[in-house]
Amino acid sequence: MDMMSSGLKTILSTSADVLPIVLFIIFFQLFVIRQPVRDARRLVAGLVFTILGLGLFLVGLEQALFPLGRLMAEQLTHPEFLMKGAETLDFHWRNYSWVYVFAFAIGFATTIAEPALLAVAMKANETSGGAIHVWGLRVAVALGVAVGVSLGCFRIITGLPLQAFILVGYIVVVIQTIWSPRLIIPLAYDSGGVTTSTVTVPLVTALGLGLAETVPGRSPLLDGFGLVAFASLFPIISVLAYAQLSALRERFAGHRKPERRNGAESTSKEVV
Amino acid sequence: MTKFLRSIWKHVFGSVRDLAPIVIVIGFFQYFILKQPIDNALALASGAVLVLLGLTLFVYGLELALFPIGESLAHALARKGSVFWLLTFSFLLGFGTTVAEPALTAVAKEAAQIAAGAGAIGDTAADMSRYVLGLRITVALSVGTALLVGVLRILLGWSLPLMIICGYATVIAMTVVAPPEIVGIAYDSGGVTTSTVTVPLVTALGVGMASSLRDRNPMTDGFGLIAFASLTPMIFVMAYGSIIAWI
Repeated sequence: MDMMSSGLKTILSTSADVLPIVLFIIFFQLFVIRQPVRDARRLVAGLVFTILGLGLFLVGLEQALFPLGRLMAEQLTHPEFLMKGAETLDFHWRNYSWVYVFAFAIGFATTIAEPALLAVAMKANETSGGAIHVWGLRVAVALGVAVGVSLGCFRIITGLPLQAFILVGYIVVVIQTIWSPRLIIPLAYDSGGVTTSTVTVPLVTALGLGLAETVPGRSPLLDGFGLVAFASLFPIISVLAYAQLSALRERFAGHRKPERRNGAESTSKEVV
Repeated sequence: MTKFLRSIWKHVFGSVRDLAPIVIVIGFFQYFILKQPIDNALALASGAVLVLLGLTLFVYGLELALFPIGESLAHALARKGSVFWLLTFSFLLGFGTTVAEPALTAVAKEAAQIAAGAGAIGDTAADMSRYVLGLRITVALSVGTALLVGVLRILLGWSLPLMIICGYATVIAMTVVAPPEIVGIAYDSGGVTTSTVTVPLVTALGVGMASSLRDRNPMTDGFGLIAFASLTPMIFVMAYGSIIAWI
């Protein structure tokens, strides 16, 4: 019963959220483009599905994804689990190795399955004339997210300042930009934002907050956030690195011409 | 009707495939590493089913209604060539899709609870919902601005790396000024904004524009809007935090 009423309330509030974009799209369709809305029944059905789906998703999110992220963080940092039979426990960052492994695995797994990334990778493969491989790009981005989330956990556990990491990351991106093939730069910048999907974000946020709550001496407000920021910065670096490696390979493989079209037949599966 | 059922089934299968890696990783850790039972596994499982169902319906609805109409609008506006309407459209698209973004709603709520717990804002429900709304509006405004600037860039052919580097410099400068408790949330809000709703519509806008303009390459000019949309929220949220602290 409680779930029903909370579900209804969520659906009502999501309708209010979706309303503005619907109104403005209809406004543009009728008054700027001046075309009648085609297939209005389809539009209404689609909107009902969108609102229902959004409501269900938000209820499920609070019931499953947030608690799950918290639970994993709690169990992985539980003193009993950390000690593994040792007599005493000092809170050293090296004791949390399973946290890093988990962060890496969850970052890699969620990204490699991300549909938005697959779509972008296929588009990039097509527009680059085959120089950018779909799997190469997906693995590059997934590795970037995995390393990002893992390093982000390390930062939360040690309590090092977030700004310092981000600053260094930015400097690396800028340096890489100078020596990267120009074609890949916009794609690499975009891939940072594409990766952090609707399911990954709540799970990773809960993991970070859970870590900051359970590791002694950390404040959730000051240390708990930042994992998503890492997960969207590192793919930029890894995609730029992938492009640089591909370009280097081409040069060593004897392709003298700088056009990337000519590199299409060189297999760069093992790059990255 | 069978066609409808078949396409629903295809979407359910797609959502299962997307969620499977997460379930596998968490299951592996629970059984082989942690070796602990999960408390209230039933609530978690039913929640996961709700997530699955919700995501399926949501994406299905988007593909049925918003995506086709949004894409055809973007193409029509790019062809029409009215800069004013194109910019208005970009801003409203960014604002509208971000306000409705489920990941942002979820993270804003979480941030409000954490902020209230730490005493940064009042502990009442009214204070918290005001904070959530403020955060969401701020992020939505920033994404609207990002798309406006990004579309201007495509129209005028400005250099993307240069603009991004200027953005980075602004982020760093804002970090020095902003109160420390907003920095983490601000940095995260950059990645939060660009997911299910925003990415397909925004990519359609950029690539559509770049392909209908002369002398523009879809590869170098069409991409880059998402990059702006994940950069400006950091700046705007830190500004929001500074203003709140200052008042």
